[in-house]
Amino acid sequence: MALLEIRGVSKSFRTLRALDGVDIDVEAGRFHGLIGPNGSGKSTLLKAIAGAHFADSGTIVFDGNDITRATPYERARAGLSLKFQITAVLPELSVYDNILLATQSGESLPRLLRSSSRRVLGEEVSGLLERFRLVDRADDLAGELSHGEQQWLEIAMALALKPKLLLLDEPTGGMSPEERQVTGKLLEPLRAHCALVIVEHDLHFIRDICDYLTVLDQGKVLDQGDVETIQRSPKVQQVFTTRV
Amino acid sequence: MLSEAGSEMTVASPSEKRRGVAGRGRSFRRVLPYIEAGALVVALVLPFVLGDRTDLVTLATNVLILSMLAISFDLCWGLAGIMSFGQALFFGVAGYAIALVGRDLDFSDAWATLPLAMLVGLLLSGLFAAFLLLGRKTPSIIFVAFGTLTGSYAAERLVSGWQYVGAGNGLSSVKLLKLGAYEFVEGDTFYFLALGLLLLVYLAARYFKQSQLGLVLAGMRQNEERLAFLGYRVQLFKAVLFSFAGLVAGLGGALYSYHQGFIGPGNMGPGLSTTAVIYCLLGGSGTLIGPIFGTATVEVLSYALSDIDAIRHIWPVVLGLVLLLVVMFQPRGIVGLFVSDRERIGSYGRRRSSG
Repeated sequence: MALLEIRGVSKSFRTLRALDGVDIDVEAGRFHGLIGPNGSGKSTLLKAIAGAHFADSGTIVFDGNDITRATPYERARAGLSLKFQITAVLPELSVYDNILLATQSGESLPRLLRSSSRRVLGEEVSGLLERFRLVDRADDLAGELSHGEQQWLEIAMALALKPKLLLLDEPTGGMSPEERQVTGKLLEPLRAHCALVIVEHDLHFIRDICDYLTVLDQGKVLDQGDVETIQRSPKVQQVFTTRV
Repeated sequence: MLSEAGSEMTVASPSEKRRGVAGRGRSFRRVLPYIEAGALVVALVLPFVLGDRTDLVTLATNVLILSMLAISFDLCWGLAGIMSFGQALFFGVAGYAIALVGRDLDFSDAWATLPLAMLVGLLLSGLFAAFLLLGRKTPSIIFVAFGTLTGSYAAERLVSGWQYVGAGNGLSSVKLLKLGAYEFVEGDTFYFLALGLLLLVYLAARYFKQSQLGLVLAGMRQNEERLAFLGYRVQLFKAVLFSFAGLVAGLGGALYSYHQGFIGPGNMGPGLSTTAVIYCLLGGSGTLIGPIFGTATVEVLSYALSDIDAIRHIWPVVLGLVLLLVVMFQPRGIVGLFVSDRERIGSYGRRRSSG
């Protein structure tokens, strides 16, 4: 059984049918890319998975549990983590405190009140700071980071939740080519820990990092398969040459 | 869009919305502990300085008691981002509770009545929190503000027409607070009792703010929705803070009732609730010490100017204008003049200077 099973998911916004009977399986440990022209429903699908929207119909089963109508909090606790498209780091807290906030989210209220994990989690925070090249900026406010650094901080926070599945909405949005390369390198070691669903405009980036691709068009799955299959797919080529 | 929904739901206190340049960056000096220590020293020597002026000692005691109401509001707004326009409800109801226990049961022993008042505040605010905050749908800030305001207003009207609790006249000749055989009358001992209890409340609130729970609250004030996606039950945290704030207001209400020897419908109404908002915003919300300064400023000015008829009549208008000016020009309040944003919001991890 796949880690995430999406069956017949539809979602409309008034008259616009953003998703129309989407079926997707995401296997554990796989880097799964979602691509498609603007307005094809990629971000809507990601939000339906994370719980920012509820699907109108269809089911989403994660790790054996039906989460179609679970709240974002319940999904996060189940092991789903979302990195927002527009960075949503907490600008008035230091970089360190942002990551600490993410790492301590599993703690119970009494333990938070007693600050019983501040020291223990410190090592975990330091590890993430190092891995995402943020050690020198640990004491700076998150709002003072460059755009690229904020994206890395977001990924670090999403990862701090130790998710089984990490959802990345445009992880390289607004990044320079160098920053994109670094981001690719930062994500690669995650393969051992969790599965990834990535929405991304940069097709080079997604080709380099993903094992499996789903192409959406007008809210429907146009084609899916491994990267070579998709690159050779005539249906996909037609859509991308005529409309992108 | 998610980001748009997020910005609507974000609960930043007004002071956080207008962040300035001052106090940003990695180096900031801690000044709050000095301000706190200074305030404590002043509070300790004050009765000795005032000496025979018992009216002023009474005023100072009143400031200490009302400061609990101000801190109660700061716990809601400055820490948890809950706009409560009904904080006096818990204050007043607890005040009535101990006055009735004194009248009908002839009992006013501090060991039982003060915990009773705290329990009344806790349960009542817990009930409000369950109703206003813990629904399946995330409540908007307006919903909570109106919910608390309505509760406060309804309680005032209800009590005003209820003969058993004195109706519009309230309850006067409240039994004196006792500790064993000792009776607390107005004066130095009541002052130090109030100071001691305020200190305990302050330390508890300060502990909340500086704990890992305080970090969650700081995050919530900036972006509630983001915290939900990190796996925090945001509304539960709010409900806990709101209930604790109710407990603090309850303790204040009991002391007020004992100290004044009187409690009336106005002590639980929107008038006092709004005054608590002014105390807190004028002093500087989110700093805990700020609301105490705010209370002292408002109450001392009000006392000093009360002899001048012309001013007494328009005093509520003056207070309203002060609130407006503070929100417009100095949203960080009096304490915000000295304390950096960074210190006010809080810092929970390492700092460069400490390694």
